[in-house]
Amino acid sequence: MIRRWALYGGLTMGALASLFPFVTMVLGSLQEKANGTLGGLAPSPGNTSSVNYVDINRAVPLAQALLNSGIFTAGVVASTLLVGMPAGYALARLRFPGRTAIQAGLVLVLILPFQVLMIPLYILVVRTYGLEDSFLGMIAPFAVNATAVFIFRQFFVSLPDELFDAAKMDGATELQILRRIALPLTSPAVVTAGVITFVGPWNEFLWPFLITKDRGMQPLAVSLGTYVSTNAATATNPYGVILAGACVLAIPVVLLFLCFQRQFTSASLDAGIKE
Amino acid sequence: MYAVPAFQAVRISFLDYIYGAPGADIPHPFIGLDNYREALTDPVLRRSFVNVVIFLAVNVPLTVAIGMPLAAALGRVGRFRALFRVAFFIPYVTASVAVVGVWYWMFSGSGIVNSLLGRFAPDPSWLINSRWAMVVIGLEVTWKQLGFYVLLYLAGILAIPVSLYEAAKLDGAGVIRQFWSITVPSIRNVNILVITITTIIGFNLFTEPYLLTGGGGPNGASMSPALRMYQVGIEQGRPDVGAAIGVLLTGCVLAVAALAKVLHLFANRSRA
Repeated sequence: MIRRWALYGGLTMGALASLFPFVTMVLGSLQEKANGTLGGLAPSPGNTSSVNYVDINRAVPLAQALLNSGIFTAGVVASTLLVGMPAGYALARLRFPGRTAIQAGLVLVLILPFQVLMIPLYILVVRTYGLEDSFLGMIAPFAVNATAVFIFRQFFVSLPDELFDAAKMDGATELQILRRIALPLTSPAVVTAGVITFVGPWNEFLWPFLITKDRGMQPLAVSLGTYVSTNAATATNPYGVILAGACVLAIPVVLLFLCFQRQFTSASLDAGIKE
Repeated sequence: MYAVPAFQAVRISFLDYIYGAPGADIPHPFIGLDNYREALTDPVLRRSFVNVVIFLAVNVPLTVAIGMPLAAALGRVGRFRALFRVAFFIPYVTASVAVVGVWYWMFSGSGIVNSLLGRFAPDPSWLINSRWAMVVIGLEVTWKQLGFYVLLYLAGILAIPVSLYEAAKLDGAGVIRQFWSITVPSIRNVNILVITITTIIGFNLFTEPYLLTGGGGPNGASMSPALRMYQVGIEQGRPDVGAAIGVLLTGCVLAVAALAKVLHLFANRSRA
């Protein structure tokens, strides 16, 4: 009995510690005057207002920034699915020379940090192709996602061989098999790859920060980050304004996560073990 | 898609390369190891490598000491497991920029941490204190990543055959003894994975030092190699030296990954 209490007590403390900064974020964003004391965590009607949300919206037009985040994210998700599905299918079901090499290469891509490619990609996208301040430039480096390829590969490997053999016996080509048999079955893998991919570009700071000078093109993560590093000092309650922006940035992903938490945890685990 | 820029990075790192207007034809002569020499004599970059060590020293012990027991506890509960998992995982899916915003407030001069510490609060405050800035970044990233590591540990723990625990119970081993004698040795591989991933993260920190400590401050005390690469390669317009920093950084990451692989093999052999 005592043991059970200790078990649940420990887990509850861990959960509270995980959620505490989150709660602070929401409460702090609603404080009219920043109150950093423990007492500030208690709701106080006199100090509660939505003024920070109005202020962040004035500094960083939220509708535009959210729209930019949305376009950037949707583009990455769409291209990840379009490329990842056939690539995963090929790795899972086709036997072709160099397959193992490509698979090993993909694992390397998983551990190769994006930052290494930063300078050459910057030169390529901004200097060579002149794609700064464009969605195409933002999306291009994320268009292929090794994690998504693996999710699809795992999925296609798990389909029974009989399904494919039967189709082949009936004289279907690989393309027909992919379109008629594999694709209609993929919706669980599409959902998993889609929600996992969503988080990356939505939260991404570095790359869109590098290539957007025009503030009207910046996704919310970038415009909020720029606000933190430059203008925050001019606001009367800078912390509250930043926290309001942080809430707007974080809440869509948290909601998505709460809806699809099973896909999230299993897929990021797979990706982690591949690393 | 990834191979071309990666080769390009290596190539640029051996050239004298400056940015030109699009279409302009500028010669990029080969200059051997000059860029590497310049990178390695940069005191700010050297400091950033020390900072990676500080980061690891904060992050790895905390992750092991908190993540492993939490995962072990999670493996033993039936009810509410999904609920706890969700709570642990929320920081991991939250945008770095948003997390930075919260820590910026909590560790500011008038933040909740200082108000709890009272007169024990460090002066100057955390984020502008050269002794503490990197430690706070380490704590922040540990907190953000912990849920992911708990999942890794949990997967390792759930893969341990139940029969091992039953045999230990028959021999009279208590829960604590079972944890130390069965769980901990069985998930050594996960520890190696944690060290690898944390090292990669440490070298590539960008958002945290850029925003939380105002560009790796104070005086480079929280500079990361990736942030320095950005400063030199893009802000100061020296892509050749920046590329050299990138190659050095990748070399370090790959070396740690290879070391982890060797440790992994070694751990498995000694167990067999």
